[in-house]
Amino acid sequence: MTLSVKERRNKTATVLVATGEINSETSGALLQALLPLVREGRPLRIDLTAVDYVSSAGLRTLLVVYREAQHAGVAVTLYGVSEEVRFVMSATGFLDFFSAGEAAAAEAKAKAKAAR
Amino acid sequence: MTESRSEQVLRVDAYPTHEVGGYRVRAGKPFPFGANVVPGGVSFSVFSDQATSMTLVLFRRGEPEPMAELEFPEEFRTGSVFAMTVFGLDHENIEYGYRADGPYDPVTGHRFDARQILSDPYARLIAGRDVWGVEPDRGRGYQYRSRVCLQDFDWADDTPLRIPAEDLVVYEAHVRGFTRHPSSGVTAPGTFAGLREKIPYLRELGVNCIELLPVFEFDESDNPRSNPETGEKLYDYWGYNTVSFFAPKAGYAATGRYGMQGDEFRTLIKDLHAAGIEVILDVVFNHTAEGNEQGPTISFKGLDNATYYMLTPEGYYFNFSGTGNTVNCNHPVVRNYVLDCLRHWVADYHIDGFRFDLAAILGRSADGTPLPNPPLLELLAYDPVLRHTKLIAEAWDAGGLYEVGNFPAYGRWAEWNGKYRDTVRSFLKGDPGVTGELATRIAGSPDLYSGRGTSASVNFLTAHDGFSLADLVSYNDKHNEANGEGNNDGGNDNASWNCGVEGPTDDPGINALRERQMKNALAILFTSQGIPMLLSGDEVARSQQGNNNTYCQDNELSWFDWDQVDENADLLRFTREMIAFRKRHRELRATVHPTGRMRDGLGLPDISWHGERAWQPDWSGDARLLAVARCGTGDDDVVYVAMNAHWESHDLELPALPGGRSWHLFADTGNEAPYDIRTPGAEQELDNAGKYLIGPRSVVILVGRANDPETTGTL
Repeated sequence: MTLSVKERRNKTATVLVATGEINSETSGALLQALLPLVREGRPLRIDLTAVDYVSSAGLRTLLVVYREAQHAGVAVTLYGVSEEVRFVMSATGFLDFFSAGEAAAAEAKAKAKAAR
Repeated sequence: MTESRSEQVLRVDAYPTHEVGGYRVRAGKPFPFGANVVPGGVSFSVFSDQATSMTLVLFRRGEPEPMAELEFPEEFRTGSVFAMTVFGLDHENIEYGYRADGPYDPVTGHRFDARQILSDPYARLIAGRDVWGVEPDRGRGYQYRSRVCLQDFDWADDTPLRIPAEDLVVYEAHVRGFTRHPSSGVTAPGTFAGLREKIPYLRELGVNCIELLPVFEFDESDNPRSNPETGEKLYDYWGYNTVSFFAPKAGYAATGRYGMQGDEFRTLIKDLHAAGIEVILDVVFNHTAEGNEQGPTISFKGLDNATYYMLTPEGYYFNFSGTGNTVNCNHPVVRNYVLDCLRHWVADYHIDGFRFDLAAILGRSADGTPLPNPPLLELLAYDPVLRHTKLIAEAWDAGGLYEVGNFPAYGRWAEWNGKYRDTVRSFLKGDPGVTGELATRIAGSPDLYSGRGTSASVNFLTAHDGFSLADLVSYNDKHNEANGEGNNDGGNDNASWNCGVEGPTDDPGINALRERQMKNALAILFTSQGIPMLLSGDEVARSQQGNNNTYCQDNELSWFDWDQVDENADLLRFTREMIAFRKRHRELRATVHPTGRMRDGLGLPDISWHGERAWQPDWSGDARLLAVARCGTGDDDVVYVAMNAHWESHDLELPALPGGRSWHLFADTGNEAPYDIRTPGAEQELDNAGKYLIGPRSVVILVGRANDPETTGTL
């Protein structure tokens, strides 16, 4: 099972759309695609709508990206997480980190709105 | 530009030096043992003292046949350790094992057989039993497959809770049984993730420590029996038959089929800690799943039989465990293995303590003789990594060694106090002349633990092994026919009483008495000095239909029925309030055994004994009533507990209280709910302060304290 990634930029963020499986074979390429985007400093959205399986190595890769983003002060959010992937992420604790990221992003959005 | 943290540091040893079996390799590092991901590859290290050669066997994940076999070059051997780094492996998608060649001579203890693929004793993940209850393909040559994993879990700010031992309230639970019942309502029943969803229940109950039945990888399908009445398959449900000591059981993880059991278990532990609950593991180092000479070869037998097992001079297995073999725990290599294992669970899983199954074996020498100063027990007591963990011994074994009160403690070890269990059970059922020993037991068993303090005693009335609390008051005899062993398994000395009818009944009087007896048991347990342990489900009257050995019953006999949380809400409320009461009164948790010395300013001793008349306990041979008053440790309250196992009421004369205090009623198990117990701090002042009528087979708990103007009304 392979993984393809497509990049899309809109006004507020860079969106990376992943299709396939994120596992030990494909996570290296994903990491190589994501790290430069993190370094750009724009908010990053990872769209997992077309990803039906994320292995242990895949989850670790996503967390490494999240940590790199934290280090760089960049917001990373996950989108389109399937029920099964979400359950696996929840059971293994990975979702906690991303939920925190999503919550922080939502909070920042709310604050920005309030400031207007 | 900041350099990415994910970029690797270049290392000289990240390059191969040899080629073996088509793979680029180099000499590995002997330590740590096991399979460890290193730059560019995986380092494999395994010990065998007598092997003449060692081969690493690699599989693609799930494939029946190996993809490669790599014999360790002689120069990759240091002492008796074979170590090799293999480059270019996709660690997530391989399984591995070893072939060890050497002498096959059972009389001298050697059972090498290079045809067998052996599991790595240090494997941190095991594949092959990924989903609970799935019938394995026994035709496959290699059943329990070692896997490689990263140990990079993000613990965030998780730190050990280090709850003082005397403050613990232990809840003994089975990972699967706790949420497997359809009534549990969790997303993934019977798993670590399922248990995680029930943390709020545990918090509300008030327990601050969960002790889990074995979670090291075992094979639930290794029970050949079936239920003779129904034909249903029986399992090894409890799991006291370890296959792999470093690996969490995959079948207990909802994500086990993905090999993520390690992360799932760690996430549970992390969340339990966040809820203020410690985690103790029930560990089984006295024997392994390899059985005796008839048993399977999984790992130790083929790697170094003579090192790992206690063997007779003829090469047979000593059987002090009752299960076929006995681990040679005090052999220097084996004790280091046990230490490595426990360090792994503390460092990599943040485990807070361990309960050691049949721990008396851990004090035996290679020929089974009990050692005066067992090196393993001393090692564990002083180890830097284990330093603040709880160490609890089941201080007996199947070979007849009974060390309750005498376990080599090194100032660290606590014990399951079997004498506490037996004495309180005997008292509860109404045996005469138990009051003297009851006094000793509820005061923290100073006869057994003088100098070790009360928290050396883990007090319990029920545990996984034996009757549940509801069955203790419903059955005179065990009913284990469903286990397929002709009712010959399980203990016969249960000190239980069925209250007049064997098993379920519609008689309201008997059911009321049973309810009261359960409350009596809980009231005594939670007001005793020592660490209380509650069996999961006892707070809602979980029954095993009289089966006192449900080791094989993966069904409703064992599972926690969550409907009972509502059905038996009164008993649950009683348990919660008792736990809260214990937490509120430091004198119940005092670590020093009470001596009867007077407390300054209170005019009462730290402990005093009473009967129908204050200050006149009845220690005679037919006594069935005892009252105890404690005071003066941490607060000014006096806690008075009257325990009446007699079938008649008694008029109690209460001891006079020092100035400004009066007696308030906290609990009277003779009262119907909700008047059986109150919220701690909201006890009701007695209007007849000098007297109290205790009903038949009842426990009464009073608090002597200054009157709280907020509390109104009298009884």
